[in-house]
Amino acid sequence: MDDKKDVVLKYVIEEYLEDEDDEITYDTPLISGGIVDSFSMVSLKRFLENKYSISIPDEKATPEAFDSVDKIVVLVNEFLK
Amino acid sequence: MSFSDKVRTVYQEQIKSIRDAGIFKQERFIHSSQAADIEVEFPAGSSLKKVINMCANNYLGLSSHPDVVKAAHEGLDSRGYGMSSVRFICGTQDIHRELEKKVTEFLGTEDTILFPSCMDANAGVFEAVLTKDDVMISDRLVHASIIDGIRLCSAVHDTFKHSNMEHLEKKLQLHADKRLKLVITDGVFSMDGDTAKLDEMVALCEKYDAMILVDDSHASGFIGKTGRGTHEKCGVMGKIDIITTTFGKALGGASGGCVSGRKELVEMCRQKARPYLFSNTIAPVVVSGVLKVLSILSGSTERRDKLEANTAYWRKGLTEAGFVLKAGDTPIVPVMLFNAKLSQDVSRDLYDEGIYAIGFFFPVVANGQARIRTQVSAGHETHHLDKALEAFIKVGKKYDILGKTKQEIIEKYGL
Ligand SMILES: Cc1ncc(COP(=O)(O)O)c(C=O)c1O
Repeated sequence: MDDKKDVVLKYVIEEYLEDEDDEITYDTPLISGGIVDSFSMVSLKRFLENKYSISIPDEKATPEAFDSVDKIVVLVNEFLK
Repeated sequence: MSFSDKVRTVYQEQIKSIRDAGIFKQERFIHSSQAADIEVEFPAGSSLKKVINMCANNYLGLSSHPDVVKAAHEGLDSRGYGMSSVRFICGTQDIHRELEKKVTEFLGTEDTILFPSCMDANAGVFEAVLTKDDVMISDRLVHASIIDGIRLCSAVHDTFKHSNMEHLEKKLQLHADKRLKLVITDGVFSMDGDTAKLDEMVALCEKYDAMILVDDSHASGFIGKTGRGTHEKCGVMGKIDIITTTFGKALGGASGGCVSGRKELVEMCRQKARPYLFSNTIAPVVVSGVLKVLSILSGSTERRDKLEANTAYWRKGLTEAGFVLKAGDTPIVPVMLFNAKLSQDVSRDLYDEGIYAIGFFFPVVANGQARIRTQVSAGHETHHLDKALEAFIKVGKKYDILGKTKQEIIEKYGL
C-alpha cells in the first residue's frame, strides 16, 4: 500500500512540480490546489493504467478522484480487485 | 421579467468577488492613434494625459504608419466597407486570396487561410485537423486561445513542462500509439518573452513522427533575420506544419489572423474550421492594410533591425539600472517585481511619471511572479526609451528595488 503511494507521489513530483523544492505529501490537494490542471490529468491516468495494467473509465477519472495521492491510490485499488 | 432581482444579485456578487480579489480589469481610453506617444483618459472622466506607451504589441510601429493608413483608405474606396457574408457564400474578394498567397510567401509555407482573428484560428484549427484517435501535446504556458481550441477538440490532450525537451520526449513516447500526434507551442511566449526551442522540437517531431503547431503571434514580422518568425530564427523554415499568427500585433495591429502551413491541413480548415465557416472574415479595409504591411516588410528589414537595436538598448538600460529582468532577447521585456501589489503600485507611479506600462499578476502569470511587462517598438526613438528609463529608475529608487535580487525583493515585499 505505502509502496503504491510512494510511486504515485514520486510521479506527481516529477511530472508536475516546476520547482524541485516544493513539497507535497499524500494528502496535498493536487487539482483543487492548482498543482495539476485538469488537462494534465491525462498523463497521470495513462501512467496509472500502464503501471498497474488497469483501465480507469473516463467517468471515474474525475478531478475529485484525482485530488490527492491518497485518493488516487484508493481509485487504483478499486480497479486492481 | 426574466432578469429578476435574484438573477441580478448572482451577477452583482460575482462582480464584487472579482473586485475583492483585486483582479477587476478597467479600460483606459486612448484619444489618439496607437503610437509611442499617446493621450490617455484615466481614470474615466479625468483630463487627457500625454504618456509614452510601453505596453503595446505595436512591435514594428506600423499601427498608424502613413503608408498603411493610405493603403487602407484605397482598399476602402475600391472594395467597400463590409462583405455581409461569410467566406464561402459571398464573402471572399480577390484581395482575401491575394493576402493568403502573400502570407504563404512571407512565412515560407505551402498555403494559408485567413480567420477573423488568431483567437479564432486557434479556436478552429485543432478540431479541423484532429479526431479522437489523435493526441495534442502542448507546452504548459501556451496562450489562452490555444487552450480554448484544445478544449473544442476531441483528441486526447497532454502537456509538457515549459520548454522542457526531455519532458516533451517522454510525452511523445507515452502517446506513441496514437494515430496522429500534434506538438503545440507559442513561438515567443507573451508573458515571459522567451522563445520556443523550435529546432529541438522539430527534431523530436521528426524522430517520433509528430506534427508541430506554432503560434507566432508575438514573432511574425520581426523575429529572425528577415522577420519571418521564430522558425526563421531557429533555422527550421519549411519544417513547421502549422503556424497560427495574428495581424493584430506587429503586422499593422488592426485585426485578423490565419492558419498557415501544409496545404492539406489548410484545406481541412477551409472545409471544417467553424470560426472560418460561420463568421465573417477580415474586412477589406484591413486586408488592404495588411497587404501593405507585408510589402513594406518584404522590401526592407529596416524596421525589425531598429526594433532589435531598441530592444538591446532597453534591456541594457534596465539591467544596468539594477532591475531583475526575465532573460531573453525579444522585445517583450518583463521587469520582475514578484509581489502583486508592488506591481500595481509601480505601474501607477510610472503612469504619474508619464510612462504607460501595466502590471501583471496572478492569475495572468503564476503566483509570486508579478511583473511589469514592457514591450519595445520600432516606433520608439531613443528619447522615448531614455525618458522611460529615467522614470523606471525614479520609481525603482522609491521602492528601493534597484540592485536587489529576487530573494531580497521577496523578503522586503513578500509574495
Ligand atoms: C500568443 C497569442 N495567440 C493569439 C492571440 C490572439 O490574437 P487575436 O487578437 O488576433 O485574436 C494573442 C493575443 O493576445 C496571443 O498573444
